[in-house]
Amino acid sequence: MINLKTINFLKFDAEKKEELRLNIIVILKQTFDTEEKISIANGEVSENGVNFIINPYDEYALEEAIKLKEENGGEVTVISVGPQRVESSLRVALAMGVDKAILVDDESLFGDEYTISNVLASIIKGKEYDLIIAGNMSVDNGSGQVAQRLAELLDINHVGTVTKLTIDSGKAVVERDAEGNSEIIEASLPLLLTAQQGLNEPRYPSLPGIMKAKKKPIDHITASDLGVTAEEIKSQTLVTDLFLPAKKSAGKVLEGEIQEQVQELVQLLRAEAKVI
Amino acid sequence: MTKKVLVLAEIREGNLRNVSLEALAAARRVTQDGEVIAAVFGSKAEEQATILGQYGADTVYVVGNPNLDQYTPTAYVQAFNELIQETNPDVIFVGHTAVGKDLAPRVAARLGVGLISDATDLSEENGEIIFTRPIYAGKAFQKKKSISEKVFATIRPNNIPVLEADTERVAKVVSHNVDIKDLRSVIKEVVKKATSGVDLTEAKIIVSGGRGVKSADGFKVLQELADVLGAGVGASRGACDASYCDYSMQIGQTGKVVTPDLYIACGISGAIQHLAGMSNSKFIVAINKDPEAPIFKVADYGIVGDLFEVVPLLKEEFTKVLSEAIVG
Repeated sequence: MINLKTINFLKFDAEKKEELRLNIIVILKQTFDTEEKISIANGEVSENGVNFIINPYDEYALEEAIKLKEENGGEVTVISVGPQRVESSLRVALAMGVDKAILVDDESLFGDEYTISNVLASIIKGKEYDLIIAGNMSVDNGSGQVAQRLAELLDINHVGTVTKLTIDSGKAVVERDAEGNSEIIEASLPLLLTAQQGLNEPRYPSLPGIMKAKKKPIDHITASDLGVTAEEIKSQTLVTDLFLPAKKSAGKVLEGEIQEQVQELVQLLRAEAKVI
Repeated sequence: MTKKVLVLAEIREGNLRNVSLEALAAARRVTQDGEVIAAVFGSKAEEQATILGQYGADTVYVVGNPNLDQYTPTAYVQAFNELIQETNPDVIFVGHTAVGKDLAPRVAARLGVGLISDATDLSEENGEIIFTRPIYAGKAFQKKKSISEKVFATIRPNNIPVLEADTERVAKVVSHNVDIKDLRSVIKEVVKKATSGVDLTEAKIIVSGGRGVKSADGFKVLQELADVLGAGVGASRGACDASYCDYSMQIGQTGKVVTPDLYIACGISGAIQHLAGMSNSKFIVAINKDPEAPIFKVADYGIVGDLFEVVPLLKEEFTKVLSEAIVG
């Protein structure tokens, strides 16, 4: 039996935690494993037999969010737009330590970066959050637009290609990669960040984590839940063609003494390739 | 068809970036008799107007605000958006650089338009601009067009040939003041990394190392060759994961995708993720001990041998040949 004193103590403890809590949203995309070769069938990239993974940059985003929650308290919600198969990746995220997942698997809301960022913005508007973390880009489409677009639609600040993050008294001190140089930036919350390689070492889900993940909720969202019509946010770009690059044929492996090979190579690069 | 094209010209370490001239060439390709406007930011901006004119700009908008000397999204979005409102272009091109990648999506969202990222080529078909861009880091390509009121694209460095400079061409220079409000980020410090002499995405030559380099120290041999060639130094994921070098040097499906004129792969076996990031380079040289290494399948020229023997010899030979070229 719990007496009143204990209840008050518990309440106090909860309030204390409340002050430090960070609400973090992670944007996730499921992508082809980077080992996969690409083939085209019926004018589309074939998904036949393909192994799907969490976009590698989004793994850094997840890890950072979970780490921050463990240090400060709070809650991590992961959101993804994509087909049913994305559930497997969301389960992995939940097993890593994410609390809640939202999947927009209504095909009428799929589209280009304009569409996806508008879908995400309409989910996030009205939610309370301190940080949104996304990957720097996806390894499939590779355009790296959605996160920055989302920050603009939500009218919040963003810092891209982050390699280090510290949160201290409502402020973020961020180290970012700017084409080899590194910038140290101070920004206030709420803030959107995109995760760059080197930010952290993503964890593997633990067995207890996997068990817990089975009970965590995945919310499925459709156009009617969002109050937007597919027409309002339809893609602003269209793919008109899809093709594989010309196959590179193996070139010339040089022969002879190493010294001779080196001389021949330099001559070839000057005469044939004209690059030096 | 007459169109008005706005190009954001970027300054890096005091110089105009080559990709900005490539973007001007792209602009001229879609508007022969229309107007090409270059926008250039920061206290050193005005000095660039002459070059921009010679490479294709008709008008140069200079925003000399010192708040734009260093890139921050808040300031750049305000300045670029204001120039878009002022000039009302039909087409907008920005380089697919660290700045362009970070800025363009925000500006596109503010305008409510589509954005085609990382274009490697473009052409005009039936009055529409069709862009080519890589997906899966170059394992495949798509052609894309915009159906928005404004066509907006970022241009990948090293793919669209720069126009020949016309020293007779003089652009009209317009000074434009932008009041920059509410700077939401403050850059406290910029740390230059020792390896960052040449930007990999714009480098004409890249010397790249893999696990075969064996240590952080081993990269010195590659750096020495790179110094002779004025090249950038890159790395495979294997080398980065083994902490031989910084992740900012990584080339591949995760990391940077590069298309230099010459790529020299040293001690890189050629995993599919790495090949995706570099196999569209114009010439590829592979140096590897293992004759079965997959890198030889995409290489134009290969040397089977120990990189610690080959690379120093290569450096000597290039030094010799290049100094002869200067003398002769």
